[in-house]
Amino acid sequence: MKIVLNSIRFFVIIATALFATTVYAGGGNKNDKDGGQVSSAEEVKEYILHHVKDSHDFTLWSYTNDEGERKHVGFPLPIILWTSNGLVTFMSSEFHHNDDGHVVVEKKGLRFAKIHSKIYELEPGASEIKFDESHHATNAHKVLDFSITKSVFGIFLVGILMFIWFRGLARQYKKKKIPTGFARILEPLVLYVRDEIARPNIGEKHYRRFTGYLLTVFFFIWILNLLGLTPLGFNVTGQIAVTAALAVFTLIIYLFSGNKSFWGHILWMPGVPVLIRPILAVIELAGTLLIKPFSLLVRLFANISAGHIVVMSLIGIMITMKASMGAVGSTLLAFVLSFFITLIEVLVAFLQAFIFTMLSALFIGMAVEEHDHH
Amino acid sequence: METLLNDFSPGLFAMQTVLLLGLIFLLVKFAWKPILNSLNDREEGIKNALESAENAKKEMQNLKANNEQLLKEARAERDALLKEAREIKESIISDAKEEAKEVAQTLIENAQASIQQEKQAALSELKHQVAELSIGIAETVIKKELSIKEDQLELVQGLLEDVTLK
Repeated sequence: MKIVLNSIRFFVIIATALFATTVYAGGGNKNDKDGGQVSSAEEVKEYILHHVKDSHDFTLWSYTNDEGERKHVGFPLPIILWTSNGLVTFMSSEFHHNDDGHVVVEKKGLRFAKIHSKIYELEPGASEIKFDESHHATNAHKVLDFSITKSVFGIFLVGILMFIWFRGLARQYKKKKIPTGFARILEPLVLYVRDEIARPNIGEKHYRRFTGYLLTVFFFIWILNLLGLTPLGFNVTGQIAVTAALAVFTLIIYLFSGNKSFWGHILWMPGVPVLIRPILAVIELAGTLLIKPFSLLVRLFANISAGHIVVMSLIGIMITMKASMGAVGSTLLAFVLSFFITLIEVLVAFLQAFIFTMLSALFIGMAVEEHDHH
Repeated sequence: METLLNDFSPGLFAMQTVLLLGLIFLLVKFAWKPILNSLNDREEGIKNALESAENAKKEMQNLKANNEQLLKEARAERDALLKEAREIKESIISDAKEEAKEVAQTLIENAQASIQQEKQAALSELKHQVAELSIGIAETVIKKELSIKEDQLELVQGLLEDVTLK
């Protein structure tokens, strides 16, 4: 009975969220590149590349109405910029879904344009963006963009979800020994991270200190990976800035928890001739400071981005093969292929979360490991 | 590489760092710590329960072994008691038999002795009576027959013969 009530509540929330989304018109600009149907291979490619990037508004779907106007269903997100004139905030709806710099927004005496999901501040006096031959803006520069983009929105969403779920699990232990309901699914996952990732890689003595971080990162990446597979179209873990931040967290943790023998092995490797030691120190330092975090951030970013590109390309078959296979054939082919690749992506979503957490645990384990044999 | 760097958004990096830091802090404080503590407590509890069950089992075994030992001892004692009782019984019986035999022996001996005595007494009585009778007979015979000499001789002769024959 409780489950039924819960699921009813869930659907009510979803429905409210959908009704709350506003339908707002796109820019009246007729040669707006972002608008219009996707109907050629070139446009499919453009669409995919656009999707893989972060975006400043949350669009669920778009359509063209009877008057030939492009409509976007979704909601705008706040834009927060640190400009030459201090903090500037406005809603993303002011760009009217334009993404090639044609719509200029004026705030605080400054002009802003959005090109490929990046916000540019126009030089003083300029009223329109000018491009050189390689399509770089010549009279504008990028600003520090702390906007609540779609990715940041996703991070908030996952953060809130995780807090609700795991706070719920924590609360249940006060009343009973074995959790019930959804928390019963979460408990073995927590145990899994603790017993299969943290404990064996860090060691019985130190694992407890780092389990909190590892659990957070594991569920954060996993849930975001899975969200990326939903039609909501998040691509948070495919943003290199996000994976870089995650890798930097791991880097800082293992640098600051490294013990004497860890640093000893990096800077003055025992057991090798003295002349080789400085060379080894350079290699070890590069490995510890650069290669390890870089491998972490690139692996996650590349896997998730590639997954999104492959799934969308396979869906794109529906359009690109329409001419040679007919509408039904190309749709069927696209459906079958993208269905199976999505199944694989569900596995990859878990796998990448696992690998990131596992390697973080391993690196931390190497830093706190005690060498008794010296 | 250039596009990668171009895609990198410092703003998003900063937002992610701040949000993740906040999330880690909140979750560690409100979720992970209580969860891990409860899990640890539960595991300790299970471990202790298993250990005490094991101990109880061992104790039971000890108790059982003790009981068996006691039973064995009791049985042995009972056997010993029974054996002793049987021995006592046998010895009593044999003693009684011995005594009875002895008593019987003495009784028989006494009886024999008294029979002998009685016989002796009877014989001597008989001899006395026979002598008296003989004297009586002899008196009467002598009174009646001593008048005839031949008869006297004959009689004496006869008497003597009888006497010697005896």
